[in-house]
Amino acid sequence: MAGLEPGSAIPELRVTPDRFVTYRYAGASGDFNPIHIDEEFAKQVGLPGRILHGLWTMAQVARAQTEAAGGPERLKRLSVQFRGMGMLEQEITVSGTVREVRDGVVVVDTVAEQGGNQIIRNAEAELAVE
Amino acid sequence: LPVKTEAIGKTYPPVVYAVGREKIKEYAAAVGETNPIHLDPEAARGAGHGDVVAPPMFAVVYSAPAMGPAIMDPEVGINLPTMVHGGQEFAWGRPVVAGDEITTTASVKEIYERDGRGFYVFETTSTNQDGETVCSGTWTNIVRGV
Repeated sequence: MAGLEPGSAIPELRVTPDRFVTYRYAGASGDFNPIHIDEEFAKQVGLPGRILHGLWTMAQVARAQTEAAGGPERLKRLSVQFRGMGMLEQEITVSGTVREVRDGVVVVDTVAEQGGNQIIRNAEAELAVE
Repeated sequence: LPVKTEAIGKTYPPVVYAVGREKIKEYAAAVGETNPIHLDPEAARGAGHGDVVAPPMFAVVYSAPAMGPAIMDPEVGINLPTMVHGGQEFAWGRPVVAGDEITTTASVKEIYERDGRGFYVFETTSTNQDGETVCSGTWTNIVRGV
């Protein structure tokens, strides 16, 4: 938990979703929306191809926080806004900065960026510290 | 066309989800979680938990089934093909572990229109078998061209 002081950055999380991740996430989560798993359908509705589940990307934002805080039970709250779309086989970077520390709670402003676009923005995490 | 707002406050039947070890493992693999407390019962017990711990975002797995009927409800009136997931918030209480039975209730929190888009905000509350709240969710869906 060292280093979670106001103004300090949490360790960056970098992840490159492989081309099959949406199938695994669909099975794990139960979200079989065809825009994530059917290339042809995705193109028919005007997308460049299958896109990531927003909640998969949110799980990467959550993982950056729990790894910074030292365990899953320390993440008490996470709110995000989804923007644009997440693409397969392109690196995503989750970064965050501690905004404030009060009453044992660290508040982190965090974003997920891919190819210069913030695909998750205005996200805010609360981490419990001892 | 203004959005219909009569469904605000409506609550849907609770959905019970039994949390399993292998499902936690499957979910952890899908999102890239490698912390052994999600995968190995001994590691989880060593860290003071009763069994393997669900990653926080596993909340999607146990609470989304309660959201289905709310999103599909004709009284809410979402035009599904034009709906996008605009925002999501979860607040977590006691960690969920394998063997827990989680009951989730969904309700309609807000429906409003802004800049020609409809905002449909739902809430879920998930409690474990001991009646403790394990997660509260706020789900914001946006429909273009209402």
